[in-house]
Amino acid sequence: MITVKKLVKRFGMKTVLRGVDFEVQPGEFVALLGPNGAGKTTFLRILASLSRPSLGEVHVANYRLPHQAAAVRARLGVVSHLPLLYGDLTAEENLQFYARMYNVENSEARITEVLDLVGLESRRRDLVRTFSRGMQQRLAIGRAVIHDPEVMLFDEPYTGLDQDASSMLDEVLRSVAAKGRTVVMTSHDLARAEDLATRFDILSRGVIAASITHKQLGRNNLLTFYKNALAG
Amino acid sequence: MTSKTLITDNKVKNASFSKAIAAVVWKDLAAEFRSRELFSAMLVFSLLVILIFNFALELDIKTRQSVTAGVLWVTFAFAGTLGLNRSMAVEKDRGCLDGLLLAPVDRAAIYFGKAISNLVFMLIVEAIVLPVYSFLYAINLFQPGLLLVILLGSIGYVSVGTLLASMAVQTRTRDVLLPILLFPVVIPVLISAVKASGGYLTGGDFTTEILPWINVLLVYDLIFTAIAFMTFDYVVEE
Repeated sequence: MITVKKLVKRFGMKTVLRGVDFEVQPGEFVALLGPNGAGKTTFLRILASLSRPSLGEVHVANYRLPHQAAAVRARLGVVSHLPLLYGDLTAEENLQFYARMYNVENSEARITEVLDLVGLESRRRDLVRTFSRGMQQRLAIGRAVIHDPEVMLFDEPYTGLDQDASSMLDEVLRSVAAKGRTVVMTSHDLARAEDLATRFDILSRGVIAASITHKQLGRNNLLTFYKNALAG
Repeated sequence: MTSKTLITDNKVKNASFSKAIAAVVWKDLAAEFRSRELFSAMLVFSLLVILIFNFALELDIKTRQSVTAGVLWVTFAFAGTLGLNRSMAVEKDRGCLDGLLLAPVDRAAIYFGKAISNLVFMLIVEAIVLPVYSFLYAINLFQPGLLLVILLGSIGYVSVGTLLASMAVQTRTRDVLLPILLFPVVIPVLISAVKASGGYLTGGDFTTEILPWINVLLVYDLIFTAIAFMTFDYVVEE
């Protein structure tokens, strides 16, 4: 579903990604872990077609980036720590806008369904700027799934969320994974990643330093694996 | 919540170019008519500028006619910069620009949507400023030819301004950067618009004093709209 070969990303003189090789099979849930500045967000932005690779090959959902970016975007849902929502529009209007941009069929029914599922049906006519951070992130998840994407990218989705909102996001992530969608999530929360993902990749100094499946990890501690990967 | 209901089996077909433009325009107008942040800033600024000029230039009627075009376009240009900056800042501040760029549509459609919204805001402000200006300066500005010049000048200004605002918004100094980038590029628009407007206001000859400048405006509008169409994708991508 996602294939990345020898990916390099440079910003001027600074090289952020130094030859990343990365592969995700359909239905896999990969947690991309690493310290601040490791290049996780840059990597996800390239997968999302928001940034062009300097070198290397990137395929998402069997389409090549950046040449077939529109086809990739149609099959991609992205949730980041920013909500990507308009504060001066209501929850319903925000979803209407994105449903139009993604050309979602039966959009009214889908909007109602999504609002209901993220628990915001009663606030559908309220302005998003009146929402708490947790509610905004819930709506952001609704925005990301409005077009039923095959691949979902989550960039630090738990940032700034309270316990309820975090639990809600856990449920959405499980729901996405259970449906066979492919998920890549960056996170600093190792416990949550261990709970949700089927594979853990450690990105350090611009390369994938280590990778392990949940099965291979067995009873071992993810934190120990993570620390060893960074030390090595 | 169940996985069965959260993810449906809907298949997505990409939105058409015109649908995407309409969606962006609808979103911008709906948000602006609710908040009125951009519109009120542009309008108050414009009214203040023409008031200041009115008191600063205590001129006789004949001299007023000769400076009106310049004052008018200085007002529109500065108010327009405020609007362009704000319009793109709204997209950037909450990560919405990424939301737009993630949509599976031709990115030129996003450009045209933003440009049309910016043009609508600018034209609304101009529609309010013109009668006030006419009253203060005792000049009839409601001449079809002059209105055409204002429309063409506004299109040129907004077509370049939207592209450069998209570029400037990605920098930390966006508020300062936009006018620095924009004004050198729109000099042909401003000069042509001032000359053509001045021609109408002073009763100049259409063929020799107005038409050449209208032609420049038309060519500029076409060229810069085409350039923006071709380059917007590269401007907004990292």
